Amino acid sequence: MIDDNRFGSDRCVTLPGPMQLESGAWLAQTTVAYETYGVLNDTKSNAVLICHATTGDQYVASAHPLTGKPGWWHRMVGPGKPIDTTRYCVICTNILGSCMGSTGPASLNPATNAPYAMTFPVITIGDMVHAQALLLDHLGIERLYCVVGGSMGGMQALEWAARYPTRVESAIVIAATARHSAQNLAFHEVGRQAIMADPKWREGDYYRFDDPPTAGLAVARMAAHITYLSEAGMDAKFGRRLQNRETKSFSFDADFQIESYLRHQGAVFTDRFDANCYLYITRAMNYFDLPDAHDGQLALAFKGSKARFCLVSFDTDWLFPTAESKKIVHALNAAGAPVSFVELKSPHGHDAFLLDVPELNRVVDGFLSAGRS
Amino acid sequence: MLDVGCGDGALMAALRDAAQVDARGIELDGSDVAAAVARGLSVIQGDAETDLIDYPDASFDYAILSQTLQTTRRPDLIIEQLLRIGKRGFVSFPNFAHWRVRVDLLWNGRMPVTRLLPIAWYQTPNIHHLTVDDFRRFVKAHGITIEQAWFLTGDQQTSAAAANLFAEHAVFLLRR
Repeated sequence: MIDDNRFGSDRCVTLPGPMQLESGAWLAQTTVAYETYGVLNDTKSNAVLICHATTGDQYVASAHPLTGKPGWWHRMVGPGKPIDTTRYCVICTNILGSCMGSTGPASLNPATNAPYAMTFPVITIGDMVHAQALLLDHLGIERLYCVVGGSMGGMQALEWAARYPTRVESAIVIAATARHSAQNLAFHEVGRQAIMADPKWREGDYYRFDDPPTAGLAVARMAAHITYLSEAGMDAKFGRRLQNRETKSFSFDADFQIESYLRHQGAVFTDRFDANCYLYITRAMNYFDLPDAHDGQLALAFKGSKARFCLVSFDTDWLFPTAESKKIVHALNAAGAPVSFVELKSPHGHDAFLLDVPELNRVVDGFLSAGRS
Repeated sequence: MLDVGCGDGALMAALRDAAQVDARGIELDGSDVAAAVARGLSVIQGDAETDLIDYPDASFDYAILSQTLQTTRRPDLIIEQLLRIGKRGFVSFPNFAHWRVRVDLLWNGRMPVTRLLPIAWYQTPNIHHLTVDDFRRFVKAHGITIEQAWFLTGDQQTSAAAANLFAEHAVFLLRR
């Protein structure tokens, strides 16, 4: 297993053959970038797949190659952590449509030898999960001990349970929803319009100019970032406090701390993420609609599933509020699936699952351990 | 089985470990739920008063309402849901007609604070006190069958005839 170069950090595989997408279009060549941590056991029964969120990546517990920051879920994943890499073989892929090594609009189209840009087909959460399943085939893993995800990662986890019911033993779905609300759709549309309004976007064909639409992408990120925080949290952290000054400047500089913070968030984001990928990934989230895919009844999505589920929501998350998790819980109850659900308290809003929440760690640890006995 | 108002899952864990029972729970308090899930139990955070309606009919062999009946706003509706969801229901509650309680109330003229009911009137979660005889009358009036009943004071059992006066707790096994 140590010599098995399918496993380890900074892995990449080009899947055999073309891949058909939900839209009906075909991807001639699909590459999946991923990382694995820990060792797959002899019975191949300890694989845990982690699905990252919208602008996430496969570096769940190792340093990001561009920013150098610690893995986005280093609090949750690692030796001795709730998702224990000494017990489980943890896998995290870069989702289809993203820009950290997997095939997306920024990737080269083998037919033209130029980036796909907006010729890339519109992908869905289902397509992302399909690509992950093909990766697992490549790794020789038939069944997942657990699939875990927060936010868009939670959508992927739900899709896993619905699409591959016999391949999932358990699922942890955090701060997620079975479909976007009108408000969610609205916010993503604002983000996309900000990118497309940037003249440097050039209908997506900006790669050859080495001058990407950073202004538009930064604004998209600023808007999105607000939705990841809670109002109370923002008041506590920033309030109306001024940044580096005693009085208002009577200009349009970043007078307030919150303004400076958001501008910074926008700027660092453009250093590591691609504008076209943002369009495609948010589109995939918008199109995700589990009830609609099952005659309007969410419970039917889980009919074939024998998995155990754990749903977690956060009280100050107004982007994917507790009510959305409860809908999923009700559907799982109706489908007879064993499900746990808890709403945790946190001041951090939607982003809470990425931050230090000891109760979340205990819940994840307990739920994962229960499957072993 | 479904444990309604399961707290941190102590009863569920005991049943699972001793008898391999497939136990599920519903509990209002978030930290209790987190503790129960951390034990590996299937527990949902929810309010028994409003959420039991979401469970399908006869989806459990047993539904348990342990020491919770007297804390609910509509005990009658909870029992109705309990016996819809569970093919059989276990209901347990403290007996307000226990002689110690009667003596305390009679003698002191204040709401009893006893070993059995140790919390002051303004803080107690027990908003719908009842007696063994109240419950017997209730189930009869609602066409519910008592399959078995146990009457306990500490770990001693009391006879059914003496229960209303001498039992601190009652446990009933019911079905529709």
